[in-house]
Amino acid sequence: MIQAFKMALKSIGSNKLRAFLTMLGIIIGVMALVILVSLVSGTTTSVEDQIDSLGTNAMTVTISDNKGNPISMGDLLEWTAKKEVGQVAPYQSENLTAKYKSTSTTLSVYGTTPDYYDVQGLKLLLGRFLKTTDVDNHTEVCVINETAATELLGLTDVVGKYISINGISYKIIGVLEDDESSLTSTFKKGSKVAYVPYTSLIRLSTEVTKELTAMYVSAAEGYSIDDAETAVTDLLMKRFENDDDAFTISTTNALESTMNNVSSLLTVLLGGIAAISLIVGGIGIMNIMLVTVTERTREIGIRKAIGANRRVILEQFLMEAVVLCMIGCLIGIFFSWVVLKVISLVVSGMNMGFTMNIYVVLIAVGFCFLIGIVFGLFPANKAAKMKPIDSLHYGG
Amino acid sequence: MILLNDVCKNYQIGSETIHALDHASLEISKGEFVSIIGPSGSGKSTLMNIIGCLDTADSGDYLLDDIPIEDYSETELARIRNRKIGFVFQSFNLIPKLTAEENVELPLIYQGVKKNQREERVKAALELVNLTKRANHYPTELSGGQQQRVAIARAIVTEPSLILADEPTGNLDSSTSQEIMDIFLDLNEKGNTIVLITHDNEVAEQAKRILHIRDGRVSEVKG
Repeated sequence: MIQAFKMALKSIGSNKLRAFLTMLGIIIGVMALVILVSLVSGTTTSVEDQIDSLGTNAMTVTISDNKGNPISMGDLLEWTAKKEVGQVAPYQSENLTAKYKSTSTTLSVYGTTPDYYDVQGLKLLLGRFLKTTDVDNHTEVCVINETAATELLGLTDVVGKYISINGISYKIIGVLEDDESSLTSTFKKGSKVAYVPYTSLIRLSTEVTKELTAMYVSAAEGYSIDDAETAVTDLLMKRFENDDDAFTISTTNALESTMNNVSSLLTVLLGGIAAISLIVGGIGIMNIMLVTVTERTREIGIRKAIGANRRVILEQFLMEAVVLCMIGCLIGIFFSWVVLKVISLVVSGMNMGFTMNIYVVLIAVGFCFLIGIVFGLFPANKAAKMKPIDSLHYGG
Repeated sequence: MILLNDVCKNYQIGSETIHALDHASLEISKGEFVSIIGPSGSGKSTLMNIIGCLDTADSGDYLLDDIPIEDYSETELARIRNRKIGFVFQSFNLIPKLTAEENVELPLIYQGVKKNQREERVKAALELVNLTKRANHYPTELSGGQQQRVAIARAIVTEPSLILADEPTGNLDSSTSQEIMDIFLDLNEKGNTIVLITHDNEVAEQAKRILHIRDGRVSEVKG
């Protein structure tokens, strides 16, 4: 075995250029496999981190069919009465035109309740958020975000000023920090948002009514979001005649598991493509090994004449194919490591870590070994089966 | 030690059957130096292949060291070639990627001899052919005579029952040929059994016994 290994290194070393060209297929295949899968897993990790930073403590409940039994503000007390449920904030949004002096722009106007602030984890820059009395009295007050403030009024210190939304004058009572790392559309960089009492939005909009169709729900302290989800599901099932199509509950957990599904699908897909290129590389090795066997017919004859049996010859050529594959594999892994380092440097600002995935490296090594055996077997067997008298006199 | 009795070997070329060996019989004892001489096409190579266990006869008996070599499998034949026979070929047949030393070592590796023992025996064999200084040279860096000496070292390193030389001087000039013949004579002196196949009378004459082969039949000439 050790002898066969030494012999393999020797014959590979005797024709380095050919060996390198033969290995190229494997090198590229391994690089494709390792780099692609590492990139996918790196991206997934960073997206998951962002999802986690959103807070896994909230879920969205949407009612698609109220079955003549709409949910009102009062009904929400029944929700918060459940020990698993923390806060419930109904919301509705509409794009409306806002004006300040001669400047006008379109704002995403959210009608909601004070609980929204905590459920969504908003941060105030100035002033205050909505209060229960604002909702009860459908007061014309609004809280806007930094982007909206600078766009519309040219500065952020705007508490106490009045803007008009759809022609109705609203007093600005607070300014919210922009959170750029967030994923939800309300916080997306560059979006202009205003929050008004839910009851006020009913007056502003033709489409928004007292019937609540969407709310953010958080879990109570000491309970997980899954507990809260179960409680709310229970409640809604009773209300809507056990029809689970009447409402949808989505949590960030669901988002995360969707993300996971997508990323494992991507991993399998890209890994599969890379595996195909590895197999093509293996065919290249088989090709060259067949040429090598023919070229070395005489050597095989000599070895057989001095006492090598079939098994020894088979071992020698199989070993050569496997060693060729493994060297290609190691070179491929090394270059993948270099490429991933470079990519990491380039995107370092995006806080994504593209490190080599150890599992894919192990898979690549195992796969290359397998390819070496599978594609080496045919040429090696051909060599082993040669008759000593025929091969000894081959080519003179 | 070598006994061939009524050995036949036929080849099919197209529709014609060639009787390469036609009831050939011969007997060679331990310690003999025998030349087998004959023109090309006389069945020399076939005889050599059969004696060398590279091929098996169609009919007849072949006993090597009193062991009948008949229905042996390829693996068993390989084992016999490895342990009992040392080949020396016309075209040297060294493996170009290996140094002189490694070429000589190869049959011992196939035999499964341990490394320190191998080194010792390779050294001894190279000493015997007076090539210790060239041990680390590759075949392409050696002259024809030197290459053939490496081949002889490779043949004797396993201490075989029989050294089988097929036209060993065919590719060499006359003075180098004589050097090689001297080595063979010396080896025979030390008790080795040598069978030398040639078409060169001058070379054949140096053996103690000469067999002639013609049309697949063996006849005694000298001895």
